[in-house]
Amino acid sequence: MNAATKTSTIRGRALSTDVWETLKKNRAAFVATLLLAVMSVMVVVAPILSPYAFDATDFDRISVGPSLSTLHLFGTDALGRDLFVRTMYGGRISLMVGLVATAVSLVIGIAWGATAGFIGGRSDHVMMRIVDVLYAMPFMFFVILLMVFFGRSIVLIFVAIGAINWLDMARIVRGQTLSLKEKEFVEAARAGGVSNVKIVLHHIVPNLLGVVAVYVTLTIPQVILVESFLSFLGLGVQEPMTSWGALVNEGAQEMETAPWMLIFPGAFLATTLFCLNFIGDGLRDALDPRDRSN
Amino acid sequence: MADAVLEVQSLNVRFTTPDGPVQAVRNLEFRVNPGETLGIVGESGSGKSQTALAIMGLLAANGRADGSARFKGDELIGLSDGDMNRVRGAQISMVFQDPMTSLNPYLTVGNQMRHVLQRHLGLSRGEALRHARTMLEMVRISEAERRLAMYPHELSGGMRQRVMIAMALSCRPGLLIADEPTTALDVTVQAQILKLMRELKSEFNTSILLITHDMGVVAGNADSVLVMRDGECREYGSVDKVFYKPADDYTRALLAAVPRLDEAMPERLATVSAPPTELGAEIAAVEKPRTNHAARQLLTVDGLGVRFRVAQPGLFARAQSLVAVDDVSFELAAGETLGVVGESGCGKSSLARAVLQLIPTASGRVCLLGRDLEQLARRELKNMRRDMQVIFQDPQASLDPRMTVAQIVGEPLNTFRPDLGQPERNERILSVLLRVGLAAEHLNRYPHEFSGGQAQRIGIARALMFDPQLIVCDEPVSALDVSIQAQIINLLMDLQVERGLSLIFIAHDLAVVRHISHRVMVMYLGRAVEVADRQSLYEHPRHPYTLALINAVPIPDPVVERSRQQQPLSGDLPSPLEPPSGCGFRTRCPHAIQRCADERPLLRPVGKSLVACHRAEEIE
Repeated sequence: MNAATKTSTIRGRALSTDVWETLKKNRAAFVATLLLAVMSVMVVVAPILSPYAFDATDFDRISVGPSLSTLHLFGTDALGRDLFVRTMYGGRISLMVGLVATAVSLVIGIAWGATAGFIGGRSDHVMMRIVDVLYAMPFMFFVILLMVFFGRSIVLIFVAIGAINWLDMARIVRGQTLSLKEKEFVEAARAGGVSNVKIVLHHIVPNLLGVVAVYVTLTIPQVILVESFLSFLGLGVQEPMTSWGALVNEGAQEMETAPWMLIFPGAFLATTLFCLNFIGDGLRDALDPRDRSN
Repeated sequence: MADAVLEVQSLNVRFTTPDGPVQAVRNLEFRVNPGETLGIVGESGSGKSQTALAIMGLLAANGRADGSARFKGDELIGLSDGDMNRVRGAQISMVFQDPMTSLNPYLTVGNQMRHVLQRHLGLSRGEALRHARTMLEMVRISEAERRLAMYPHELSGGMRQRVMIAMALSCRPGLLIADEPTTALDVTVQAQILKLMRELKSEFNTSILLITHDMGVVAGNADSVLVMRDGECREYGSVDKVFYKPADDYTRALLAAVPRLDEAMPERLATVSAPPTELGAEIAAVEKPRTNHAARQLLTVDGLGVRFRVAQPGLFARAQSLVAVDDVSFELAAGETLGVVGESGCGKSSLARAVLQLIPTASGRVCLLGRDLEQLARRELKNMRRDMQVIFQDPQASLDPRMTVAQIVGEPLNTFRPDLGQPERNERILSVLLRVGLAAEHLNRYPHEFSGGQAQRIGIARALMFDPQLIVCDEPVSALDVSIQAQIINLLMDLQVERGLSLIFIAHDLAVVRHISHRVMVMYLGRAVEVADRQSLYEHPRHPYTLALINAVPIPDPVVERSRQQQPLSGDLPSPLEPPSGCGFRTRCPHAIQRCADERPLLRPVGKSLVACHRAEEIE
């Protein structure tokens, strides 16, 4: 076989397909991914199938337990609202906060941290001191300020949480970048005339992904919890709209009389967090070619 | 014959790994007599270190040893940890390869030594410290009292290894196991440590198990030799028998693969396993005598200087300036190889990076093909990079672990020929890969799937992509096994003949440099101390440092080693932050006079060489 025909038979390997193949072999991560996907579809589709609206009161059945006959699958709350539909609606908010806020922190954090670490020297100092100053700002004060100036909106919560979380991400990424840029393969790329932007994009960022993936799966739960904390203070989503955090909070108060109000939203929240942890572990291994089994 | 200190019979070491059981040591048998040194030689992965760890009961958790290892008649294999602890340190002690990682960085030297003595000899704190001091003096450490209060990082590498040896010998063990004790050290320091070990051996009458990959170290230090490969004993006998009448093919191949300082050079180094055959035919077709035609000048380096700013502790302390390369000039013709040798910290790697404009230069000029690289605009410099490439020391570290071989080797194409289509790209990538002895099925693999030698071939393929004029090789073979080293050197020499490449070949191994270079530059503390063509440098070294370097290289020949004058250079490399005045070498030079401290010697012609020494004519 000559060289030309041989090359055509060998196809390149793409990172994404490689990662997916490896992830599939990790059973825990694979099941977790499926479960998370099912829940995501559920929170979008399920409310449409239920006869109840999330903010409508069923005056005949206030605070009743789960029952198939009434179609209140998860029961109702103290105001007679259907808990199943509310849990699904809460899931929309919580998952969206988790994704959007994490994505915001991911983009800003990686860009900022990788730039600071790669340039180094004085720019690094200045950029990281800015991070320090932002760290020193009280989070609550920052959120209240935003609320006062821009009024309440869900989008603002996403931005506020993301804007706080990127600080950690930036620090982690910068530290990794500092050690990565001393590696010989980066020097080899420089000797090969590769531009700095391309070195960061092609060599530094892919090698950061393992750490970032783990950190992201820790961030999403954290963000979901922060949102529920804000809701608890009355700064987050407002009634009648709800989130898992808010539902758990309400449920905790009615724990003795109506335990289902805590159990169902709590179970969804806990399952999501578990799934994310397993996926994070799996992703870290899948992203590292050295750990992929041949 | 007296009873053996250590007698090993049918020793097996197995590891359980996720990929199934791995047998690291197979049916090994040997004995060490009182006062004898047994050298165990082998390449990486041959099981030589695992043998030592099995004897000491220090195998990793997934390892199991069976068979028999008797120390003065007592069985060691299968001993409980508690019983073993009474043997370890007191009766058998061990010196490891890297003295930095085997000393606890948080304990002073005195405290570390004290613990061992208090534990095994039951001495009081004061007695133990006094004994530790005597031990430090035994291993020829000056100012022993002061050193006891120092932390490991405050000592030089050679000094740390001396401390390790002092610690190992402090309880007068019957057997000392030295696992690559000098591999991490510079060649002059290696000579000091080996000499010390020989002296201490006769003083203490300790038996030594010397584990090493270096045939030269074995030749001068061992009484008998065991050659290992893949966990098996390939040859076992007295040192003279193994070196002069090797019975095994592998031993013969191993000996032939080592470039020697004291012999006429073969055109190509013998390799243990020959490279792919179709390659050999290809090479034979282009084989030409390795002579250096008076070719055009490719590279001119003039008065090059490199400085680093070293931050000092404290908020307002001024950063100190470290001169890594100081006023170095040389020229390189097309098709020529310049070898650069020197011990670690002499500035050879900084020189390489400065020539390639990877780090900023403080002074001087680098002209490639008549163009001053520093005057070039960024875009022009980028285009010049096609002509100057680099090969690094650690082949794995120089390849991005998240890229496939095709992506790594093809990266220069992205930079310089983004217009190429996929088929054309693949064809070019494949053709360089084939040239360096790799195959098409390697294209989609990741770097960690390759051995060190193959990974270095990938690095060479990347450097070759655009047919560069100059390749700077920064210690390209020092991380590789002897047999692999020979293959890579042969490949580089073939490529040079084939493509008229110029090479700057940086190494600390003088024998390798002698083999590949036309001219050699010796560096010390950032300065060139001697530049000469290969023959004059090795046959008539003019600078005392060159002479010391050459004398320090162990030669894989027991008779030669025994008859050699062992006068290793004393002391360590001075700190480059506070270089001595005048001649940098004067603090270790046996010929230093007042003038050497007052006046810095410049490179000047002496005989056929350029030498920076005031007394070059008087010494010989």
